[in-house]
Amino acid sequence: MNLPTPGQPPQVPVLALGDVLLVSLQGELHDGMAEQLQHDITSRIAASRVTGVVIDISGVDIVDSFLGRVLAEIASTARLLAARTVLAGMRPAVAITLVELGLTLPGLVTALDVDRALELLSQRGT
Amino acid sequence: MRVPEQDATGSAPRVVSSFLERRREQIAQRWADAPLFRSVFTVSRDEAVEACKAVVDSLSDVAVSGRLEDITAPGFLPVRDQLGRMTQTRTLSGSTPSQIADEVAGLRVPAVELLREEFPDATAAQAQESVLALTLLLGTLRLVVMETALDANAELIERQRQQLLEVATPVIKLWEGTVAVPLIGTLDSARSQVVMESLLEAIVDQRARYAILDITGVPTVDSLVAQHLMKTVAAARLMGAECIVSGIRPAIAQTIVQLGIDLGTVLTRASLADALAYTLGQQGIEVSRADASASAR
Amino acid sequence: MMRASGQASATSLPIGSDADLAWVRQEVRRCAAQLGFGLVQQTKLVTAASELARNTLVHGGGGRAEITPLDEGRGRGLKMCFVDSGPGIRDLELAMTDGYTSGGGLGLGLSGAKRLVHEFAVDTEPGRGTTVTAVAWVAQVPSSRAGAG
Repeated sequence: MNLPTPGQPPQVPVLALGDVLLVSLQGELHDGMAEQLQHDITSRIAASRVTGVVIDISGVDIVDSFLGRVLAEIASTARLLAARTVLAGMRPAVAITLVELGLTLPGLVTALDVDRALELLSQRGT
Repeated sequence: MRVPEQDATGSAPRVVSSFLERRREQIAQRWADAPLFRSVFTVSRDEAVEACKAVVDSLSDVAVSGRLEDITAPGFLPVRDQLGRMTQTRTLSGSTPSQIADEVAGLRVPAVELLREEFPDATAAQAQESVLALTLLLGTLRLVVMETALDANAELIERQRQQLLEVATPVIKLWEGTVAVPLIGTLDSARSQVVMESLLEAIVDQRARYAILDITGVPTVDSLVAQHLMKTVAAARLMGAECIVSGIRPAIAQTIVQLGIDLGTVLTRASLADALAYTLGQQGIEVSRADASASAR
Repeated sequence: MMRASGQASATSLPIGSDADLAWVRQEVRRCAAQLGFGLVQQTKLVTAASELARNTLVHGGGGRAEITPLDEGRGRGLKMCFVDSGPGIRDLELAMTDGYTSGGGLGLGLSGAKRLVHEFAVDTEPGRGTTVTAVAWVAQVPSSRAGAG
């Protein structure tokens, strides 16, 4: 487990695969890290020719309303910058909990895993 | 005359206790043939005798403590487990708690017969007091057994309810990448939770793109059922699968409209076949008659 | 039913920063797993704890979380209390409404967390603070109450 050092939150690695950004979230995600990630992705899209963003949450145990809001905002911001976002790999327990919580993330495109997400982006991207 | 009489009353439990201790073997031998023990310990009579002895010892302890009518008497503790297992066996073979209680009552006659033999004059006050004390004690045992039987029954019902829940919600692979759950019966909160979990697990296992909830077997759709359906659809969507609700009979479609239930963006089809056809169409799969395609060529 | 009603070892954790929220989540996860909660129920509990602890941090100005394993007649459960001495909630009914928010969230904190547990209570007084108590029971199936929410 990595505790954040004050003033310098650990960053979530953002990988570039051609014109697609791949973000893989793992385990405990502090609020600060999530907000940092939102900022990172937005600036990466603005700086280069990114047409798609895949956020892999298969390694995430829980999504609460805060993380849900961050994910929805990443997608909305990306859309404004002409990139499409796909949320991939949500675990069944997380999906059930989100629905019960009242968070159905209607604006987000979802996929079973990263492969399917990339497939989805390549289908309609061209 | 007063003094010995009072003495006799106070000592009756002790008399019973020492009787139970002394005649432990004989009582156990007689009880082992009683339906309660015989029907549980079918393999070995020795086991039945041992089980009987444990109950006799327990009763003796309760008698010494003087708490003849107290089902929470600590003396019962050592045999509670054993009685629990016995009643469970009887429950599983179809006996009701009251039938089991009757079997316990059947233990009274052989025990009282043995106790009477202890007294040269069976009509003596002490003899009558002792028989009364033993009868009370066995009555309490009957309540203890009844209590464990009711517990075992409740457990059995809960377990069967669980099994029913799981059995009633199979997830079927209809096609590569398409899974379906035919729902039968009432869709309450507990059911819908199980349905949701098994459907989502199946989506992961089968890497399904489409999930069909078939409600042909659901008798009524009220706003609560609709809510459960919509939750399941939403959860499947979060996993990246498209969910279709099929089997909406005309009567149910009418109810949905009349109740003003908004199924929102949920995709619906009249039958399971229609839903499958839709998923195949979406994947660009065409199904046609073999001879038809042959003659077309 | 010879179980002793146990108030076994309550754990108290401070809520003062978002790193503390992570500690609360992990402690709830650990406790829930130990008590025998299934994966879905664990996830619901941890999510509810995350929502409520964030409320304590954001709206209550910090406080503490008390996590208590329960073992009573009706079975095993987990009790979570979130205590702050912040401004309190002026209109509780409004605060419990889906979509209502005074912070930057989605307004699902209280109402959403309530749907994830079996028992839920808010004790609040303006100027004195807020205590939110949530209890969930280990069950094969959730109580039928769940559909009412």
